[in-house]
Amino acid sequence: MRINPRYINRLVRMGLNVQAYFTVGILIIIVAIIFFKGFPHTNFAFIFSFPEDMGREGGIFPSIVGTIQLALLSILLATPLGLGTAIFLTEYTKESLFTKFIRFGVESLAGIPSILYGLFGFIFFVIKLKMGWSLLAGVLTMTIMILPTIIRTSEEAIRAVPRQLRIVSYSLSASKWETIKKVVIPAAIPGILTGIMLSIGRAVGETAAIIFTMGSSLRLPLSLMDSGRTMAVHFYILAREGISMEKAYGTAVVLVLSILLINILAYYIMNKAIARYS
Amino acid sequence: MIDRTVLKEHLVKWVLVAFALSSLLFLFLIFIFILAEGLPLFLKVGVNKIIFGMKWAPTKGYFGIFPMIISSFLVTIGALIIGAPLGLSCAIYLSEYAGKRTKMLLKPAIELLAGIPSVVFGFLGVIYIVPLVRSYLGGSGFSLISTSLVLGVMILPTIISISFDALVSVPRTYREGSAAMGATKWQTIFKVIIPSAKSGILASFILGMGRAIGETMAVIMIAGNALKIPTSILDPLRTLTGNIALELAYATGDHRLGLFSTGVVLMVIIMILNYVANFGIKRKIAK
Repeated sequence: MRINPRYINRLVRMGLNVQAYFTVGILIIIVAIIFFKGFPHTNFAFIFSFPEDMGREGGIFPSIVGTIQLALLSILLATPLGLGTAIFLTEYTKESLFTKFIRFGVESLAGIPSILYGLFGFIFFVIKLKMGWSLLAGVLTMTIMILPTIIRTSEEAIRAVPRQLRIVSYSLSASKWETIKKVVIPAAIPGILTGIMLSIGRAVGETAAIIFTMGSSLRLPLSLMDSGRTMAVHFYILAREGISMEKAYGTAVVLVLSILLINILAYYIMNKAIARYS
Repeated sequence: MIDRTVLKEHLVKWVLVAFALSSLLFLFLIFIFILAEGLPLFLKVGVNKIIFGMKWAPTKGYFGIFPMIISSFLVTIGALIIGAPLGLSCAIYLSEYAGKRTKMLLKPAIELLAGIPSVVFGFLGVIYIVPLVRSYLGGSGFSLISTSLVLGVMILPTIISISFDALVSVPRTYREGSAAMGATKWQTIFKVIIPSAKSGILASFILGMGRAIGETMAVIMIAGNALKIPTSILDPLRTLTGNIALELAYATGDHRLGLFSTGVVLMVIIMILNYVANFGIKRKIAK
């Protein structure tokens, strides 16, 4: 018996449709579970008070501060490095063996799993450089982890800046660096910001690399040499050691909500950036 | 006298070169320090006794990680069995069927799924998947199949976005040619588009494998972390990443070196996977 190809066509279309929405469904279910289970345990006091009894009671204030410190400081270090690399790759060289090496480095860094960053940060920053479990060791490890994201997004953003802008700038007798500083970078800002937002999202959600470099002290980190824990680490410890499911859900809400907001903002900026030159 | 602007231009250029070199420097440092800690034990105990050793008791001088290597590959293959068909279907739907508005909804949703931290996946796995497996299939629920299910979902964004890029880059003329021959849309996709996007699709699977084999936090929460080769899909297991994460915090001396040896093996596997995947992507571009 020969089945009409048109029926197969329709069947396939339906099957693919179902699978695509199934994938979106997973996202919605994950977010829904976290929110429904967690919101009853999240309130103003939970966010702004200190944890007591290992996190069984009280709030998550120090871990929120720790997360913000980690994310902002690593962005502060990674952005100039990453943006500089991107400018060099797009404006100062042609494709050569040298740029191939650099691209190889960036690609390889992007492919290394976070537990290996944890191993490296632990042996290099914590032990060899004697930083101990500290905010500084966490920040330096995180900086290396997010560098590839910043480089890639900045490079794409700079490449998307139309040539005419540069030509006009040169015709006004601006030097190369002046052109980059005053014309190219301002035009590429939305794309660069997207990379920064995505990197912040990554820093907020990271656990494996942070727990072995920044440690898991429950106190508020007041200096770079203090240990601290991020929300993701706090959540992991609460859940894994079965300390308190309610507090774990509460932490998860704050964690997931902040990551979703950061990423949505990143895509919003990116869409604006795409609309700009097309 | 040299012009100040010219001097500044040169200065800027060399600073940027230094910045660009930093990525290579970091990569080099990561390699050197993991190798420096991980290799001595291979020389002391013997490569065979570590890679093919069955017993991991680092405080008693046994550093065998063979069960973990096998377990890492098993969960990765399991994740691929779940993630690859689903991910490829999504990518095909997105590139060939979805309208502009559906795309505007689906693509960000998939990117957001990629942003969910792995601890959250692990937590939900423990709360929902593990009990489900325990009550319907038996065993403790902390098992190969639970881990594969969760990892399968976690690698979806990687597979979808890279396959999608490969499918979209198939030239329009191929589609038109096939349609002109009287082929239905599905025939065109199956016989023309997928074969021409093959290397990119394979690359997406391999990068998905890389993501699954390197995943840590979700795995240690769901896998059960038992130190033997699983004999059924309901058995608990411990992966290479899990071994490092579970013991690094308190390990000292040779025990800690053993964890770095585990890291060396993991690094080699990841490097091979990334190299193969990049080769696939580059070949597509070259074509």
